[in-house]
Amino acid sequence: MTELITYAYAVARDADGSLEAELSGLPGVADAPVRLVRTGDDGDVVVAVSAVPAADFDERALRSHLEDLDWLEVVARAHHRVIEALAARSTVLPLRLATVYVDDESVRLMLADRRRAFAERLAELAAQTEWGVKIYVEAAEAPEEPSADQDMSPGRAYLSRRRAQRHARQDAYRHAEEAARRVEETARTYAVDQVRHRAQQGELAQGPGENVVNDAYLVPQQDAEDFRADVLRAGDGFPGVRVEVTGPWAPYSFAVPAEAEPVRRAAP
Amino acid sequence: MRPVGGPPARSDEPLPNQQVALIDLLDRLLSGGVVLTGDVVLSIADIDLVRITLRALVVSISAANPSPWPSREELAQRGELPYLEQPTLPEGGP
Repeated sequence: MTELITYAYAVARDADGSLEAELSGLPGVADAPVRLVRTGDDGDVVVAVSAVPAADFDERALRSHLEDLDWLEVVARAHHRVIEALAARSTVLPLRLATVYVDDESVRLMLADRRRAFAERLAELAAQTEWGVKIYVEAAEAPEEPSADQDMSPGRAYLSRRRAQRHARQDAYRHAEEAARRVEETARTYAVDQVRHRAQQGELAQGPGENVVNDAYLVPQQDAEDFRADVLRAGDGFPGVRVEVTGPWAPYSFAVPAEAEPVRRAAP
Repeated sequence: MRPVGGPPARSDEPLPNQQVALIDLLDRLLSGGVVLTGDVVLSIADIDLVRITLRALVVSISAANPSPWPSREELAQRGELPYLEQPTLPEGGP
């Protein structure tokens, strides 16, 4: 017999009791059906959970699984699938990946304990979504016309080309800086809150180019289209710079309120 | 490993979650979200997943796959630090 423990995905508001139906047939982590844990005293704040094998999610197993990007991806996408389904119907507070309880009863106790704080944050996040804004400095090509190359020795031509490439790169960084300033200024005219993520690098970073800005903004749903369009427009016209907008996301980056003053937080 | 492809959210796959780039998802799942410590059997925060994952994520940027960009030291010498290296954005721009 496989020992099962409880994987918790998110806290959500189930105002009309219809949320469970939304989850029916949706495979969670380990392909188990997702259900809702309630406090039992007709509160509308619920926790989405499913059963996972203890053997895969105890500390030792998890520690080694997490070094396996393929395993991590499967779990991350399953987690996200459940969050998306909930977010399509309700306001949701995603929990950190791999939050695991001994059983549903422990989840219920946790919920009863924190219900008021959850309800407050859910109210603050109602009708808002998260958008990602990333800025890339793209690889600068060698300049089109190596003007005096014919007259130069190969050595000097090489040095001249290198110098031109370096200048193009410096220009691209300068452009990225200006683009970042304008994009951020524009984004903040809509955003309720802003979070900076670490710039993306490594084998999973998609490029092309170097990611220099990786921000998340919390935006009222009614402004979503304008936000997206204006942010992209603000990043237009900077050679060697690409602005990418992702979303809408459930408010992963804003599940806990910012400690600092919203939006006005200083750049790191 | 997944192929490094085009931009995210431009796929024909039916499910929205299939279109999300894993790295964007991990940014959110590993550093965002509510952390419940104390109540849980286990959470990411307990085992410092972030460090483990980052090791996996950044391991390839080093020798085998050097960045095409000048190093920070190079840029610093020239007074050309990339955007993120500057404590604040200058008001007037360059």
